[in-house]
Amino acid sequence: MSTTYKNLILLLFALALILTPFIVQQGADFAGADEKAQEIIGEVRPDYEPWFSSLWEPPSGEVESLLFAVQAALGGVFLGYYFGYQKGKVAG
Amino acid sequence: MYRRLFQLAIPAMYVIVVSLSLPRPAYAMHIMEGFLPLEWAGLWFLMVIPFWVAGLLAVKAKVEGNPSLKLLLGLAGAFAFVLSALKLPSVTGSCSHPTGVGLGAILFGPAVMSLLGAIVLLFQALLLAHGGLTTLGANAFSMAVVGPLVSYGIYRFLRKGKAPLWLATFLAAALGNLSTYVTTAFQLALAFPAEQGGISASLVKFMAVFAVTQVPLAVIEGLLTVAVFNFLVAYNKEELKDLAVLS
Repeated sequence: MSTTYKNLILLLFALALILTPFIVQQGADFAGADEKAQEIIGEVRPDYEPWFSSLWEPPSGEVESLLFAVQAALGGVFLGYYFGYQKGKVAG
Repeated sequence: MYRRLFQLAIPAMYVIVVSLSLPRPAYAMHIMEGFLPLEWAGLWFLMVIPFWVAGLLAVKAKVEGNPSLKLLLGLAGAFAFVLSALKLPSVTGSCSHPTGVGLGAILFGPAVMSLLGAIVLLFQALLLAHGGLTTLGANAFSMAVVGPLVSYGIYRFLRKGKAPLWLATFLAAALGNLSTYVTTAFQLALAFPAEQGGISASLVKFMAVFAVTQVPLAVIEGLLTVAVFNFLVAYNKEELKDLAVLS
């Protein structure tokens, strides 16, 4: 079985796992929910105050998702370059 | 072999989906800025710094010995960069993200990843307000030290036991991912013991919150790592042999 075919199967499995939540959890909010840890800390130590806050925060959800997209894109560009380079080298 | 995997995976996925379809609270991986008391934040920095030093030395040694490995090192970093930017939905109805450090740990060993993982965390702490500078030591210890150590250990152990390459890679990446989150739960439980029941009671709470969310994401990370690994075996066999990843 060729590598491409094998990897296609693997990616389909991954895709199925990513899509399943939308089917079994219709109506869920799919929040990032770092807040959940905050809540537990609030229960356990109601008096705890964070003693440091981020130096800079993305001013909005849009800007934050932009930066996450940039992060993924930078990594993706490198991965694509690498795969193409190696494949081309082997093919001669 | 892959046909058998298909046959196994469908019932396995069914079991995962059913067992996880109960609504549960969510959690994202990194400990947020300011959310570890000063003494704990400091302790985790002290714990992680030796690994950073070892990482620097290891990167230097690997690259000097074989400059052509630089590109592969870039691949390991890029993979962690992409995966930790992908906040994926989980069957618990919340989102979390994979770590992507298992691949690099298999290829270069855990020391190298202690450095690369910390760079990813620093980027997210500075630009995305995700994780934090004060909690960088703790987060680096879970994602860049424990995760890679587990991945590396499992890969080497299974390969010694003649496990198939795909299985060793899959389990190494998936369990490395899970161990990162388990470590985070321990770190939070140690810093915030419950008034009744102490550390163990807190641990149960923190674990219940995120361990379940993370299981399908660990599987996804395992699958993606195997995919990249398949490519490397097909097109980079020599370098894998140089790194003693393949014998």
